[in-house]
Amino acid sequence: MDFERKEAPYRAPRAKVSSIMLQVLLALVPAALAHVWFFGPGFIFNFLVAAIFCVAGEAGMMRLRGRAPELALSDFSALVTAALLAFALPSLTPWWVTATGALFAVVVAKHLYGGLGFNIFNPAMAGYVMLLVAFPMYMNLWVAPRMGDIDYEYLTAFESLRYTLTGHLPDLVSFDAVSRATPLDAMKSGLNNARTTAEIQTLPIMGDFGGRGWEWIGNFTAVGGFWLLIQKIIRWQIPVGVGLGLLVPAGIMYLVEPGSHPGPGFHLFSGATILCAFFIATDPVSAATSPKGRLIYGIGIGFLIYAIRTWGAYADGVAFAVLLMNLAVPAIDYLTRPHIVGHYDAHKDPSPGVPTDKGS
Amino acid sequence: MNATAFGERLKAGLWQDNPGLVQMLGLCPLLAVTTTFVNGFGLGIATLLVLGGSNVLVSATRRWIRTEIRIPIYVLIIASLVTCIELIFKAWFPTLDHSLGIFIPLIVTNCAIVARAEIFASKNPVGQSLADGIGMGAGFTLLLATLGFVRELIGSGSILSRMDLLFGGDPMRGLVLVDGGWLLAILPPGAFFALAILVAAKSVLDNRQRQKARDAGRAPGAATSAQGPTIS
Repeated sequence: MDFERKEAPYRAPRAKVSSIMLQVLLALVPAALAHVWFFGPGFIFNFLVAAIFCVAGEAGMMRLRGRAPELALSDFSALVTAALLAFALPSLTPWWVTATGALFAVVVAKHLYGGLGFNIFNPAMAGYVMLLVAFPMYMNLWVAPRMGDIDYEYLTAFESLRYTLTGHLPDLVSFDAVSRATPLDAMKSGLNNARTTAEIQTLPIMGDFGGRGWEWIGNFTAVGGFWLLIQKIIRWQIPVGVGLGLLVPAGIMYLVEPGSHPGPGFHLFSGATILCAFFIATDPVSAATSPKGRLIYGIGIGFLIYAIRTWGAYADGVAFAVLLMNLAVPAIDYLTRPHIVGHYDAHKDPSPGVPTDKGS
Repeated sequence: MNATAFGERLKAGLWQDNPGLVQMLGLCPLLAVTTTFVNGFGLGIATLLVLGGSNVLVSATRRWIRTEIRIPIYVLIIASLVTCIELIFKAWFPTLDHSLGIFIPLIVTNCAIVARAEIFASKNPVGQSLADGIGMGAGFTLLLATLGFVRELIGSGSILSRMDLLFGGDPMRGLVLVDGGWLLAILPPGAFFALAILVAAKSVLDNRQRQKARDAGRAPGAATSAQGPTIS
Protein backbone atom coordinates (compact mmCIF):
# COMPACT_ATOMS: atom_id res chain seq x y z
CA MET A 1 0.00 0.00 0.00
CA ASP A 2 1.22 3.41 -0.80
CA PHE A 3 0.23 5.84 1.92
CA GLU A 4 0.42 9.48 1.24
CA ARG A 5 2.62 11.06 3.86
CA LYS A 6 1.70 14.43 5.26
CA GLU A 7 3.94 16.71 7.24
CA ALA A 8 2.87 18.95 10.09
CA PRO A 9 1.05 21.32 10.33
CA TYR A 10 -1.98 19.23 9.45
CA ARG A 11 -4.45 22.08 9.41
CA ALA A 12 -4.02 25.14 7.33
CA PRO A 13 -3.63 28.22 9.54
CA ARG A 14 -6.80 30.21 9.73
CA ALA A 15 -5.10 33.56 9.44
CA LYS A 16 -3.26 34.58 6.34
CA VAL A 17 -1.09 37.67 6.09
CA SER A 18 -3.50 39.25 3.63
CA SER A 19 -6.56 38.68 5.83
CA ILE A 20 -4.76 40.07 8.92
CA MET A 21 -3.62 43.15 7.06
CA LEU A 22 -7.10 43.64 5.61
CA GLN A 23 -8.63 43.49 9.10
CA VAL A 24 -6.06 45.99 10.39
CA LEU A 25 -7.06 48.31 7.54
CA LEU A 26 -10.74 47.84 8.38
CA ALA A 27 -10.07 48.55 12.04
CA LEU A 28 -8.47 51.84 11.06
CA VAL A 29 -11.60 53.03 9.23
CA PRO A 30 -13.37 54.60 12.27
CA ALA A 31 -10.21 56.50 13.20
CA ALA A 32 -9.78 57.60 9.59
CA LEU A 33 -13.35 58.91 9.42
CA ALA A 34 -12.85 60.81 12.67
CA HIS A 35 -9.59 62.20 11.33
CA VAL A 36 -11.30 63.43 8.17
CA TRP A 37 -14.14 64.93 10.20
CA PHE A 38 -11.86 66.92 12.49
CA PHE A 39 -8.88 67.72 10.26
CA GLY A 40 -10.40 67.82 6.80
CA PRO A 41 -10.03 65.69 3.69
CA GLY A 42 -6.25 66.11 3.58
CA PHE A 43 -5.93 62.73 5.25
CA ILE A 44 -7.55 61.03 2.26
CA PHE A 45 -5.16 62.70 -0.18
CA ASN A 46 -2.19 61.80 2.00
CA PHE A 47 -3.34 58.21 2.17
CA LEU A 48 -3.85 58.01 -1.59
CA VAL A 49 -0.41 59.45 -2.32
CA ALA A 50 1.23 57.20 0.29
CA ALA A 51 -0.64 54.15 -1.01
CA ILE A 52 0.36 54.79 -4.63
CA PHE A 53 4.02 55.22 -3.75
CA CYS A 54 4.12 52.37 -1.22
CA VAL A 55 2.61 49.96 -3.73
CA ALA A 56 4.82 51.23 -6.55
CA GLY A 57 7.90 50.99 -4.33
CA GLU A 58 6.94 47.49 -3.27
CA ALA A 59 6.40 46.36 -6.86
CA GLY A 60 9.63 47.97 -8.02
CA MET A 61 11.69 46.41 -5.25
CA MET A 62 10.18 42.95 -5.81
CA ARG A 63 11.06 43.25 -9.49
CA LEU A 64 14.60 44.36 -8.67
CA ARG A 65 14.97 41.45 -6.29
CA GLY A 66 13.78 39.05 -8.96
CA ARG A 67 10.52 38.04 -7.25
CA ALA A 68 6.97 38.14 -8.48
CA PRO A 69 5.50 41.54 -7.55
CA GLU A 70 2.01 40.04 -7.20
CA LEU A 71 3.16 38.12 -4.11
CA ALA A 72 4.00 41.23 -2.17
CA LEU A 73 1.12 43.30 -3.47
CA SER A 74 -1.56 40.77 -2.56
CA ASP A 75 -0.76 40.85 1.17
CA PHE A 76 -1.88 44.50 1.67
CA SER A 77 1.05 45.20 4.00
CA ALA A 78 2.09 48.16 1.82
CA LEU A 79 -1.38 49.63 2.30
CA VAL A 80 -1.14 49.29 6.08
CA THR A 81 2.18 51.10 5.97
CA ALA A 82 0.61 53.82 3.81
CA ALA A 83 -2.32 54.17 6.22
CA LEU A 84 -0.11 54.47 9.31
CA LEU A 85 2.10 57.00 7.53
CA ALA A 86 -0.98 59.01 6.54
CA PHE A 87 -2.12 59.06 10.19
CA ALA A 88 1.30 60.32 11.27
CA LEU A 89 1.43 63.15 8.73
CA PRO A 90 -0.31 66.49 9.15
CA SER A 91 -3.41 66.66 6.98
CA LEU A 92 -1.79 69.40 4.88
CA THR A 93 1.28 67.78 3.39
CA PRO A 94 2.59 68.34 -0.15
CA TRP A 95 2.59 65.16 -2.19
CA TRP A 96 6.35 64.99 -2.70
CA VAL A 97 6.92 64.92 1.06
CA THR A 98 4.45 62.06 1.50
CA ALA A 99 5.94 60.25 -1.49
CA THR A 100 9.47 60.54 -0.10
CA GLY A 101 8.34 59.10 3.22
CA ALA A 102 6.40 56.29 1.57
CA LEU A 103 9.28 55.29 -0.68
CA PHE A 104 11.73 55.46 2.23
CA ALA A 105 9.43 53.28 4.33
CA VAL A 106 9.00 50.59 1.71
CA VAL A 107 12.34 50.66 -0.10
CA VAL A 108 14.82 51.37 2.69
CA ALA A 109 13.12 50.29 5.90
CA LYS A 110 11.36 47.24 4.45
CA HIS A 111 12.93 45.81 1.33
CA LEU A 112 16.59 46.61 1.94
CA TYR A 113 16.25 44.50 5.08
CA GLY A 114 14.66 41.64 3.17
CA GLY A 115 10.99 42.51 2.77
CA LEU A 116 7.95 41.65 4.87
CA GLY A 117 8.97 39.47 7.79
CA PHE A 118 12.58 40.62 7.88
CA ASN A 119 12.28 44.35 8.48
CA ILE A 120 13.64 45.14 11.93
CA PHE A 121 12.11 48.63 11.95
CA ASN A 122 8.47 49.54 11.64
CA PRO A 123 8.42 50.84 8.03
CA ALA A 124 5.79 53.55 8.56
CA MET A 125 7.58 54.96 11.58
CA ALA A 126 10.95 54.85 9.82
CA GLY A 127 9.44 56.80 6.94
CA TYR A 128 7.85 59.31 9.32
CA VAL A 129 11.06 59.84 11.30
CA MET A 130 12.92 60.42 8.05
CA LEU A 131 10.37 63.11 7.12
CA LEU A 132 10.55 64.60 10.60
CA VAL A 133 14.32 64.94 10.26
CA ALA A 134 14.39 65.99 6.63
CA PHE A 135 11.33 68.24 6.35
CA PRO A 136 10.72 69.65 9.84
CA MET A 137 8.76 72.66 8.56
CA TYR A 138 6.17 70.55 6.75
CA MET A 139 5.72 68.26 9.74
CA ASN A 140 4.49 71.13 11.92
CA LEU A 141 1.59 72.17 9.71
CA TRP A 142 -1.25 70.74 11.76
CA VAL A 143 -4.52 72.50 11.17
CA ALA A 144 -6.92 73.25 14.02
CA PRO A 145 -9.59 70.60 14.58
CA ARG A 146 -13.06 71.48 13.31
CA MET A 147 -14.99 72.04 16.54
CA GLY A 148 -17.34 74.81 15.49
CA ASP A 149 -16.15 77.56 17.78
CA ILE A 150 -12.40 77.59 17.26
CA ASP A 151 -11.68 80.64 15.15
CA TYR A 152 -9.72 79.67 12.11
CA GLU A 153 -9.72 79.58 8.35
CA TYR A 154 -11.21 76.36 6.97
CA LEU A 155 -9.95 74.97 3.69
CA THR A 156 -12.38 73.37 1.29
CA ALA A 157 -11.66 69.93 -0.11
CA PHE A 158 -10.56 71.52 -3.38
CA GLU A 159 -8.18 73.93 -1.67
CA SER A 160 -6.80 71.12 0.42
CA LEU A 161 -6.23 68.99 -2.68
CA ARG A 162 -4.59 71.92 -4.40
CA TYR A 163 -2.19 72.30 -1.46
CA THR A 164 -1.34 68.60 -1.57
CA LEU A 165 -0.59 68.79 -5.28
CA THR A 166 1.20 72.12 -5.49
CA GLY A 167 2.25 73.09 -1.97
CA HIS A 168 0.50 76.46 -2.33
CA LEU A 169 -2.23 77.74 -0.07
CA PRO A 170 -5.04 79.82 -1.62
CA ASP A 171 -4.27 83.50 -2.09
CA LEU A 172 -4.68 85.70 0.98
CA VAL A 173 -4.51 82.71 3.29
CA SER A 174 -1.28 82.38 5.25
CA PHE A 175 0.07 79.37 7.05
CA ASP A 176 -0.60 81.10 10.35
CA ALA A 177 -4.27 81.33 9.48
CA VAL A 178 -4.76 77.60 8.95
CA SER A 179 -2.20 75.97 11.19
CA ARG A 180 -2.41 75.62 14.94
CA ALA A 181 -0.05 74.25 17.54
CA THR A 182 -0.97 70.68 18.46
CA PRO A 183 -1.95 70.14 22.09
CA LEU A 184 1.43 68.55 22.77
CA ASP A 185 3.23 71.50 21.15
CA ALA A 186 1.13 73.95 23.13
CA MET A 187 1.82 72.08 26.35
CA LYS A 188 5.55 71.93 25.69
CA SER A 189 5.96 75.59 24.75
CA GLY A 190 3.65 76.65 27.58
CA LEU A 191 5.67 74.77 30.16
CA ASN A 192 8.87 76.19 28.68
CA ASN A 193 7.41 79.66 29.20
CA ALA A 194 6.87 78.90 32.89
CA ARG A 195 3.10 78.51 32.70
CA THR A 196 1.29 75.90 34.73
CA THR A 197 -0.55 72.96 33.25
CA ALA A 198 -3.83 74.35 34.59
CA GLU A 199 -3.30 77.58 32.67
CA ILE A 200 -2.39 75.72 29.49
CA GLN A 201 -5.47 73.49 29.81
CA THR A 202 -7.69 76.58 29.55
CA LEU A 203 -6.52 77.26 25.98
CA PRO A 204 -9.33 76.91 23.43
CA ILE A 205 -7.59 73.98 21.70
CA MET A 206 -7.59 71.90 24.89
CA GLY A 207 -10.43 69.57 25.72
CA ASP A 208 -11.32 67.54 28.79
CA PHE A 209 -8.09 65.55 28.82
CA GLY A 210 -6.06 66.11 25.67
CA GLY A 211 -6.71 68.35 22.71
CA ARG A 212 -10.21 68.92 21.39
CA GLY A 213 -10.89 66.69 18.45
CA TRP A 214 -7.77 64.65 19.18
CA GLU A 215 -9.60 62.98 22.05
CA TRP A 216 -12.37 61.84 19.72
CA ILE A 217 -9.91 60.51 17.17
CA GLY A 218 -8.33 58.61 20.05
CA ASN A 219 -11.69 57.13 21.02
CA PHE A 220 -12.42 55.96 17.48
CA THR A 221 -8.92 54.55 17.18
CA ALA A 222 -9.51 52.60 20.37
CA VAL A 223 -12.76 51.18 18.91
CA GLY A 224 -10.78 49.68 16.05
CA GLY A 225 -8.09 48.55 18.45
CA PHE A 226 -10.51 46.70 20.70
CA TRP A 227 -12.02 45.03 17.65
CA LEU A 228 -8.55 43.79 16.70
CA LEU A 229 -8.13 42.48 20.26
CA ILE A 230 -11.43 40.61 20.05
CA GLN A 231 -10.43 39.21 16.66
CA LYS A 232 -7.18 38.05 18.31
CA ILE A 233 -5.12 39.80 15.66
CA ILE A 234 -3.22 41.64 18.35
CA ARG A 235 -2.61 40.45 21.90
CA TRP A 236 -3.29 42.48 25.03
CA GLN A 237 0.33 42.72 26.19
CA ILE A 238 1.58 45.49 23.91
CA PRO A 239 -1.36 47.93 24.33
CA VAL A 240 -1.37 47.34 28.08
CA GLY A 241 2.41 47.69 28.20
CA VAL A 242 2.37 50.98 26.29
CA GLY A 243 -0.34 52.24 28.62
CA LEU A 244 1.53 51.20 31.75
CA GLY A 245 4.88 52.53 30.56
CA LEU A 246 3.37 55.91 29.71
CA LEU A 247 0.67 56.40 32.32
CA VAL A 248 2.45 55.17 35.45
CA PRO A 249 5.35 57.64 35.23
CA ALA A 250 2.93 60.34 34.06
CA GLY A 251 0.68 59.62 37.04
CA ILE A 252 3.55 59.65 39.54
CA MET A 253 4.96 62.90 38.19
CA TYR A 254 1.48 64.43 38.14
CA LEU A 255 0.91 63.54 41.77
CA VAL A 256 4.30 64.91 42.77
CA GLU A 257 4.24 68.12 40.74
CA PRO A 258 0.87 68.75 39.06
CA GLY A 259 1.78 72.29 38.02
CA SER A 260 4.53 71.35 35.63
CA HIS A 261 3.53 67.83 34.60
CA PRO A 262 0.34 67.15 32.64
CA GLY A 263 -1.69 64.26 33.97
CA PRO A 264 -2.01 60.75 32.57
CA GLY A 265 -5.26 61.66 30.82
CA PHE A 266 -3.50 64.30 28.78
CA HIS A 267 -0.77 61.90 27.77
CA LEU A 268 -3.25 59.18 26.86
CA PHE A 269 -5.45 61.42 24.69
CA SER A 270 -2.69 63.46 23.04
CA GLY A 271 -0.63 62.82 19.99
CA ALA A 272 -0.48 59.27 18.71
CA THR A 273 -0.60 57.37 22.02
CA ILE A 274 -3.67 55.26 21.30
CA LEU A 275 -2.78 54.71 17.66
CA CYS A 276 0.67 53.59 18.80
CA ALA A 277 -0.65 51.23 21.46
CA PHE A 278 -3.06 49.40 19.16
CA PHE A 279 -1.70 49.77 15.63
CA ILE A 280 1.92 50.93 15.47
CA ALA A 281 3.63 49.08 18.29
CA THR A 282 1.72 45.89 17.48
CA ASP A 283 3.28 45.46 14.02
CA PRO A 284 3.77 41.68 14.03
CA VAL A 285 7.13 41.78 12.27
CA SER A 286 9.06 44.38 14.20
CA ALA A 287 7.55 43.79 17.67
CA ALA A 288 8.71 41.30 20.27
CA THR A 289 7.11 37.87 19.94
CA SER A 290 7.09 36.13 23.33
CA PRO A 291 4.22 37.07 25.70
CA LYS A 292 6.52 38.43 28.40
CA GLY A 293 8.66 40.09 25.76
CA ARG A 294 5.64 41.89 24.32
CA LEU A 295 4.85 43.35 27.72
CA ILE A 296 8.43 44.55 28.19
CA TYR A 297 8.47 45.93 24.64
CA GLY A 298 5.22 47.82 25.25
CA ILE A 299 6.38 49.23 28.58
CA GLY A 300 9.64 50.34 26.98
CA ILE A 301 7.77 52.17 24.22
CA GLY A 302 5.41 53.80 26.71
CA PHE A 303 8.21 54.97 28.95
CA LEU A 304 10.25 56.29 26.02
CA ILE A 305 7.21 58.24 24.77
CA TYR A 306 6.90 59.79 28.23
CA ALA A 307 10.61 60.54 28.41
CA ILE A 308 10.72 62.18 24.96
CA ARG A 309 7.56 64.22 25.59
CA THR A 310 8.77 65.37 28.99
CA TRP A 311 12.49 65.88 28.57
CA GLY A 312 13.07 65.70 24.83
CA ALA A 313 13.16 68.32 22.12
CA TYR A 314 10.25 66.87 20.12
CA ALA A 315 6.66 67.34 21.22
CA ASP A 316 5.69 63.72 20.57
CA GLY A 317 7.99 60.75 20.72
CA VAL A 318 5.95 57.83 19.42
CA ALA A 319 7.96 57.23 16.27
CA PHE A 320 11.33 57.50 18.00
CA ALA A 321 10.17 55.31 20.88
CA VAL A 322 8.95 52.60 18.51
CA LEU A 323 12.16 52.62 16.45
CA LEU A 324 14.35 52.50 19.57
CA MET A 325 12.42 49.56 20.99
CA ASN A 326 12.54 47.84 17.58
CA LEU A 327 16.30 47.84 18.07
CA ALA A 328 15.87 46.18 21.45
CA VAL A 329 13.57 43.43 20.14
CA PRO A 330 16.24 40.79 19.42
CA ALA A 331 17.60 41.14 22.96
CA ILE A 332 14.08 41.07 24.48
CA ASP A 333 13.12 38.00 22.50
CA TYR A 334 16.33 36.24 23.46
CA LEU A 335 15.95 36.97 27.16
CA THR A 336 12.26 36.12 27.40
CA ARG A 337 12.11 32.82 25.54
CA PRO A 338 9.09 30.98 26.92
CA HIS A 339 9.63 27.95 29.11
CA ILE A 340 9.38 24.69 27.21
CA VAL A 341 7.49 21.99 29.04
CA GLY A 342 9.84 19.24 30.19
CA HIS A 343 12.95 21.30 29.79
CA TYR A 344 15.07 22.73 32.53
CA ASP A 345 15.61 26.44 32.61
CA ALA A 346 18.89 26.62 30.79
CA HIS A 347 19.86 29.89 32.46
CA LYS A 348 19.29 28.90 36.06
CA ASP A 349 19.78 25.16 36.08
CA PRO A 350 22.04 23.94 33.30
CA SER A 351 21.71 20.21 33.12
CA PRO A 352 23.71 17.88 30.92
CA GLY A 353 20.59 16.67 29.18
CA VAL A 354 19.65 20.08 27.88
CA PRO A 355 21.79 21.74 25.26
CA THR A 356 22.70 25.19 26.49
CA ASP A 357 23.81 28.00 24.27
CA LYS A 358 27.37 27.81 25.52
CA GLY A 359 27.60 24.06 25.23
CA SER A 360 26.36 23.61 21.70
CA MET B 1 61.26 50.40 -5.63
CA ASN B 2 60.07 50.57 -9.20
CA ALA B 3 57.15 52.31 -10.76
CA THR B 4 54.89 49.25 -11.01
CA ALA B 5 55.12 48.57 -7.28
CA PHE B 6 54.26 52.20 -6.62
CA GLY B 7 51.30 51.96 -8.99
CA GLU B 8 50.23 48.79 -7.25
CA ARG B 9 50.12 50.48 -3.83
CA LEU B 10 48.32 53.48 -5.28
CA LYS B 11 45.70 51.26 -6.87
CA ALA B 12 45.23 49.30 -3.66
CA GLY B 13 44.69 52.51 -1.69
CA LEU B 14 42.39 54.08 -4.22
CA TRP B 15 40.24 51.08 -4.97
CA GLN B 16 40.86 47.50 -3.75
CA ASP B 17 41.73 48.33 -0.12
CA ASN B 18 40.25 51.82 0.10
CA PRO B 19 40.44 52.71 3.80
CA GLY B 20 36.90 54.04 3.94
CA LEU B 21 35.03 51.98 1.35
CA VAL B 22 36.59 48.59 2.02
CA GLN B 23 38.31 48.67 5.39
CA MET B 24 35.62 50.93 6.90
CA LEU B 25 38.24 52.82 8.89
CA GLY B 26 38.21 56.46 9.92
CA LEU B 27 34.44 56.69 9.57
CA CYS B 28 34.05 59.35 12.27
CA PRO B 29 35.70 62.24 10.39
CA LEU B 30 34.45 60.75 7.14
CA LEU B 31 30.84 61.07 8.23
CA ALA B 32 31.20 64.24 10.27
CA VAL B 33 32.89 66.71 7.95
CA THR B 34 31.68 65.69 4.50
CA THR B 35 28.83 68.17 4.34
CA THR B 36 30.55 70.04 1.51
CA PHE B 37 33.14 69.14 -1.07
CA VAL B 38 35.69 71.62 0.23
CA ASN B 39 35.46 70.33 3.81
CA GLY B 40 35.88 66.74 2.73
CA PHE B 41 38.71 67.55 0.36
CA GLY B 42 40.51 69.67 2.97
CA LEU B 43 40.37 67.00 5.64
CA GLY B 44 41.36 64.39 3.07
CA ILE B 45 44.49 66.34 2.14
CA ALA B 46 45.39 66.78 5.81
CA THR B 47 44.96 63.05 6.38
CA LEU B 48 46.99 62.25 3.26
CA LEU B 49 49.92 64.36 4.50
CA VAL B 50 49.83 62.82 7.97
CA LEU B 51 49.47 59.30 6.59
CA GLY B 52 52.42 59.69 4.20
CA GLY B 53 54.62 61.17 6.92
CA SER B 54 53.68 58.69 9.60
CA ASN B 55 54.22 55.73 7.27
CA VAL B 56 57.72 56.99 6.37
CA LEU B 57 58.68 57.68 9.99
CA VAL B 58 57.29 54.40 11.33
CA SER B 59 58.97 52.47 8.53
CA ALA B 60 62.31 54.24 9.05
CA THR B 61 62.33 53.57 12.78
CA ARG B 62 60.76 50.12 12.66
CA ARG B 63 64.02 48.35 13.64
CA TRP B 64 64.29 50.25 16.92
CA ILE B 65 60.68 50.25 18.03
CA ARG B 66 60.03 47.62 20.70
CA THR B 67 56.90 45.66 19.78
CA GLU B 68 55.54 45.93 23.34
CA ILE B 69 55.26 49.71 23.17
CA ARG B 70 54.79 50.20 19.44
CA ILE B 71 51.27 51.62 19.58
CA PRO B 72 52.12 54.53 21.95
CA ILE B 73 55.10 55.31 19.75
CA TYR B 74 52.95 55.31 16.62
CA VAL B 75 50.54 57.64 18.36
CA LEU B 76 53.39 59.96 19.36
CA ILE B 77 54.69 60.05 15.78
CA ILE B 78 51.21 60.65 14.38
CA ALA B 79 50.42 63.30 17.00
CA SER B 80 53.60 65.22 16.18
CA LEU B 81 52.74 65.17 12.49
CA VAL B 82 49.16 66.23 13.16
CA THR B 83 50.42 69.14 15.22
CA CYS B 84 52.58 70.24 12.27
CA ILE B 85 49.66 69.91 9.86
CA GLU B 86 47.35 71.76 12.20
CA LEU B 87 49.80 74.66 12.47
CA ILE B 88 50.22 74.72 8.69
CA PHE B 89 46.45 74.80 8.23
CA LYS B 90 46.10 77.53 10.82
CA ALA B 91 48.75 79.59 9.04
CA TRP B 92 47.73 79.09 5.42
CA PHE B 93 44.04 78.12 5.48
CA PRO B 94 42.67 79.75 8.65
CA THR B 95 39.06 79.72 7.47
CA LEU B 96 39.23 76.06 6.40
CA ASP B 97 40.81 75.23 9.75
CA HIS B 98 37.97 77.03 11.47
CA SER B 99 35.43 75.18 9.35
CA LEU B 100 36.93 71.74 10.09
CA GLY B 101 37.37 72.59 13.76
CA ILE B 102 38.16 69.70 16.06
CA PHE B 103 38.46 67.21 13.21
CA ILE B 104 41.99 68.32 12.28
CA PRO B 105 43.42 67.50 15.75
CA LEU B 106 41.25 64.37 15.75
CA ILE B 107 43.25 62.98 12.82
CA VAL B 108 45.47 61.57 15.62
CA THR B 109 42.74 59.13 16.47
CA ASN B 110 41.94 58.25 12.85
CA CYS B 111 42.27 54.49 12.99
CA ALA B 112 43.09 54.32 9.28
CA ILE B 113 46.49 55.91 10.05
CA VAL B 114 47.36 53.65 12.99
CA ALA B 115 46.15 50.69 10.95
CA ARG B 116 48.55 51.49 8.07
CA ALA B 117 51.43 51.96 10.53
CA GLU B 118 50.64 48.64 12.16
CA ILE B 119 49.76 46.61 9.08
CA PHE B 120 52.13 48.00 6.48
CA ALA B 121 54.74 50.54 7.54
CA SER B 122 56.11 48.48 10.45
CA LYS B 123 56.88 45.59 8.10
CA ASN B 124 58.01 47.24 4.87
CA PRO B 125 60.84 49.48 3.68
CA VAL B 126 60.54 53.25 3.54
CA GLY B 127 59.84 53.59 -0.19
CA GLN B 128 56.98 51.15 -0.21
CA SER B 129 55.57 52.62 2.99
CA LEU B 130 55.57 56.07 1.44
CA ALA B 131 53.78 54.69 -1.61
CA ASP B 132 51.28 52.95 0.66
CA GLY B 133 50.70 56.13 2.67
CA ILE B 134 50.12 58.16 -0.48
CA GLY B 135 47.85 55.51 -1.97
CA MET B 136 45.74 55.08 1.16
CA GLY B 137 45.66 58.83 1.77
CA ALA B 138 44.59 59.45 -1.80
CA GLY B 139 41.89 56.80 -1.48
CA PHE B 140 40.63 58.41 1.72
CA THR B 141 40.71 61.86 0.12
CA LEU B 142 38.87 60.61 -2.93
CA LEU B 143 36.14 59.09 -0.79
CA LEU B 144 35.81 62.18 1.43
CA ALA B 145 35.65 64.47 -1.60
CA THR B 146 33.10 62.25 -3.36
CA LEU B 147 30.90 62.04 -0.27
CA GLY B 148 31.19 65.78 0.26
CA PHE B 149 30.31 66.46 -3.37
CA VAL B 150 27.26 64.19 -3.34
CA ARG B 151 25.96 65.36 0.03
CA GLU B 152 26.46 69.01 -0.88
CA LEU B 153 24.67 68.52 -4.19
CA ILE B 154 21.67 66.79 -2.61
CA GLY B 155 21.58 68.55 0.74
CA SER B 156 22.32 72.14 -0.26
CA GLY B 157 21.67 72.06 -4.00
CA SER B 158 25.07 73.53 -4.82
CA ILE B 159 28.35 72.38 -6.37
CA LEU B 160 31.81 73.37 -5.08
CA SER B 161 30.61 76.10 -2.75
CA ARG B 162 33.00 77.92 -0.42
CA MET B 163 36.10 77.06 -2.46
CA ASP B 164 37.54 80.27 -1.00
CA LEU B 165 38.36 78.21 2.10
CA LEU B 166 41.12 76.62 0.02
CA PHE B 167 42.07 79.41 -2.35
CA GLY B 168 41.34 82.50 -0.27
CA GLY B 169 39.44 85.55 -1.40
CA ASP B 170 35.82 86.49 -0.94
CA PRO B 171 33.26 83.85 0.05
CA MET B 172 32.15 81.95 -3.07
CA ARG B 173 28.74 80.40 -3.36
CA GLY B 174 29.81 77.92 -6.00
CA LEU B 175 27.37 76.74 -8.61
CA VAL B 176 23.95 76.99 -7.00
CA LEU B 177 21.47 74.71 -8.75
CA VAL B 178 18.57 75.04 -6.31
CA ASP B 179 18.23 77.12 -3.22
CA GLY B 180 18.13 74.69 -0.33
CA GLY B 181 18.01 70.95 -0.79
CA TRP B 182 17.01 67.78 0.89
CA LEU B 183 18.05 68.50 4.46
CA LEU B 184 18.50 64.84 5.30
CA ALA B 185 21.61 64.55 3.11
CA ILE B 186 23.67 66.97 5.18
CA LEU B 187 22.50 65.55 8.52
CA PRO B 188 24.37 62.62 10.12
CA PRO B 189 21.91 59.95 8.87
CA GLY B 190 22.44 61.22 5.34
CA ALA B 191 26.16 60.57 5.72
CA PHE B 192 25.50 56.94 6.57
CA PHE B 193 23.08 56.55 3.66
CA ALA B 194 25.50 58.17 1.21
CA LEU B 195 28.40 56.02 2.38
CA ALA B 196 26.28 52.88 2.18
CA ILE B 197 25.26 53.75 -1.37
CA LEU B 198 28.90 54.32 -2.35
CA VAL B 199 29.92 50.98 -0.80
CA ALA B 200 27.08 49.26 -2.66
CA ALA B 201 28.08 50.97 -5.92
CA LYS B 202 31.65 49.73 -5.49
CA SER B 203 30.39 46.18 -4.94
CA VAL B 204 28.27 46.38 -8.08
CA LEU B 205 31.24 47.61 -10.14
CA ASP B 206 33.53 44.93 -8.68
CA ASN B 207 31.01 42.17 -9.29
CA ARG B 208 30.48 43.31 -12.86
CA GLN B 209 34.25 43.35 -13.43
CA ARG B 210 34.60 39.88 -11.94
CA GLN B 211 31.72 38.57 -14.04
CA LYS B 212 33.32 40.00 -17.16
CA ALA B 213 36.65 38.41 -16.30
CA ARG B 214 34.96 35.09 -15.65
CA ASP B 215 33.10 35.23 -18.95
CA ALA B 216 36.31 36.12 -20.75
CA GLY B 217 38.07 33.20 -19.04
CA ARG B 218 35.33 30.80 -20.03
CA ALA B 219 35.07 31.95 -23.64
CA PRO B 220 38.21 30.22 -25.01
CA GLY B 221 36.55 26.90 -24.23
CA ALA B 222 37.04 23.88 -22.04
CA ALA B 223 40.62 23.36 -23.20
CA THR B 224 41.93 26.16 -21.00
CA SER B 225 39.78 25.29 -18.02
CA ALA B 226 42.68 23.47 -16.39
CA GLN B 227 44.32 26.73 -15.50
CA GLY B 228 41.31 27.63 -13.40
CA PRO B 229 39.66 30.97 -12.96
CA THR B 230 41.83 33.85 -14.05
CA ILE B 231 40.69 36.09 -11.26
CA SER B 232 39.70 34.66 -7.92
